[in-house]
Amino acid sequence: MAEEVKTKEFWRWPETNWVNLDIDWKKGKVITAGVDVGSVSTQSVVMVDGELYAYGNTRTGSDSPTSAWTGMNFALEKTDLKVENIDYCIGTGYGRVNVPMAQQSLTEISCHARGANFMYGPEVRTVMDIGGQDCKAIKTDDRGKVLNFMMNDKCAAGTGRGMEVFADLIRVPVWEIGPRSFQIQKEPPMISSTCVVFAKSEVVGLLEAGMPENDIMAAYCSAMAHRIMELLNRLGIKEKFAITGGIAKNEGVVKRLEKELGIKTADRVWYKKEYIDRGYPFDTQLAGGIGAALFGQALLKMGKAKSARKA
Amino acid sequence: MIVAGIDVGGKNVHIVIKKDGKIVGKGAAPAGMKKAETVEQLYNEVLKKAGLTRKDVERVVATGSAAKRAAFANGAIPDATADARGVIKLIPTARTIIDVGGEEGRAIKVSPEGKVLDFAINEKCAAGTGTFIDTMARALEMPVEEMAKIALNSDQSISMNAQCAVFGESEVVSLIHQKTSKQNIARAVLDAIAGRVGSVARIVGIEKDVVMVGGVAKNIGFVDSLKKNLEMSVTVPDDPDYIGALGAAEAAIAGVYAEKVKAQSYWKKRPFQKGKVNNLR
Repeated sequence: MAEEVKTKEFWRWPETNWVNLDIDWKKGKVITAGVDVGSVSTQSVVMVDGELYAYGNTRTGSDSPTSAWTGMNFALEKTDLKVENIDYCIGTGYGRVNVPMAQQSLTEISCHARGANFMYGPEVRTVMDIGGQDCKAIKTDDRGKVLNFMMNDKCAAGTGRGMEVFADLIRVPVWEIGPRSFQIQKEPPMISSTCVVFAKSEVVGLLEAGMPENDIMAAYCSAMAHRIMELLNRLGIKEKFAITGGIAKNEGVVKRLEKELGIKTADRVWYKKEYIDRGYPFDTQLAGGIGAALFGQALLKMGKAKSARKA
Repeated sequence: MIVAGIDVGGKNVHIVIKKDGKIVGKGAAPAGMKKAETVEQLYNEVLKKAGLTRKDVERVVATGSAAKRAAFANGAIPDATADARGVIKLIPTARTIIDVGGEEGRAIKVSPEGKVLDFAINEKCAAGTGTFIDTMARALEMPVEEMAKIALNSDQSISMNAQCAVFGESEVVSLIHQKTSKQNIARAVLDAIAGRVGSVARIVGIEKDVVMVGGVAKNIGFVDSLKKNLEMSVTVPDDPDYIGALGAAEAAIAGVYAEKVKAQSYWKKRPFQKGKVNNLR
């Protein structure tokens, strides 16, 4: 039993997929896909005439091509749509050059800005994407075009990977950290180490000193929020402010970031009212994939790309 | 006169006892979680071995990032001045001191008198410290000493992409999966850290002679990488990890119980990466 607990992986978040039953893909004119192969997670998004049709959110495996296929098959699991039916596919993210079914690749910066524009609406001016291995603050216009950005891809502090390491250390599933970080008497001072490796020893020290687990989670979430704020302050922040990526799901970090900035983040719901009414699931990790799929639509429409549909 | 120098670092405690200018006792122990207790224990142990009691010691000076844990000391001096005092005592021609310990890396410019002229430090990030090397040795499943040795036999120089220790670990694992030889991985890790330490040293400017101290100085593979990075010879004194404690003892002899220096932080010089915008439309 003890062994089982030891080998349990607390960073493992659940994978999800979804198909839009309101759309018949066979009637659609243009079917595009975006595959966002990140360092930690892979999202495949399929869009029919610019509307969300299907997605799959999976963990990235040991190599990009396999991960891209796993993600794509998972997205298409509940539909009879095949990869051959897709007109155009764009790869993005850390492993974008190794997406076998993609005709083209684009950087995740432009895809996230475009995706956030679709998800949160054209009023978005600042997008903060907190991914598995990097975090980036992006300034964007009403069309989701990137005006400027700043990123940290050198250091695990302020990234999802840092949070996963922390989850494994304190043996709490990663999705429980946010809610539990609010079950505290008083907001503790943040973890003082920037580096995740040093933060680990700091946390071990705090645990030994008898600090309650929930307080330590609060302290880590504040430290992470602070790190993200530093990046945002350098770029300059303008409302509406949207967060994408996995950490956007961690209220413990998001709420503390809002408090530090004094700015509310955009509600994590669809900009399109009918999407809300129909209860389409909203997943902040999808922004990159949605952006890529939308770029595919635009390229085909402008005649800058040719349909690669095989069936 | 009998004096003691105590260096309480992030990872280890080092103690040196000097009698009339000669080292009569020394000892080291992992600092652990309860540093104050470790210091007490080690201090008593070292004194006992030297045939001394606490009453015999006239002056005690502490140093290191957790110097306050040696509460019984007469005073504490910063690591940089302790390094400077210790190194100049052993190698009077030293002008640049590079000290890489468990949780910090620093470069110090010293005057011939052992005065700190300038120094730069990286204390925020595990890249460029002994912890990084330890982490990678663990990923390679071998002791650090072995990793240091095999790095000298590498036949190919590969560069690591990751700077961060967290990402570095995954990179080492994937290099192992790609069947890269352990020698070459070890070399890549040490080269990466040497590059990092080298850039901290360049903040203060590198002047001959370069002396390397701290626990990582015992890593022969690392010293080799650093030499290549700086394109300069690097001297390592005997017991390089004791230099801080030795310097503190020297300060005690001189009757210095407090000193001040101001550092240039590596991190202030390296802000976040600014992006280049490359729009599709």
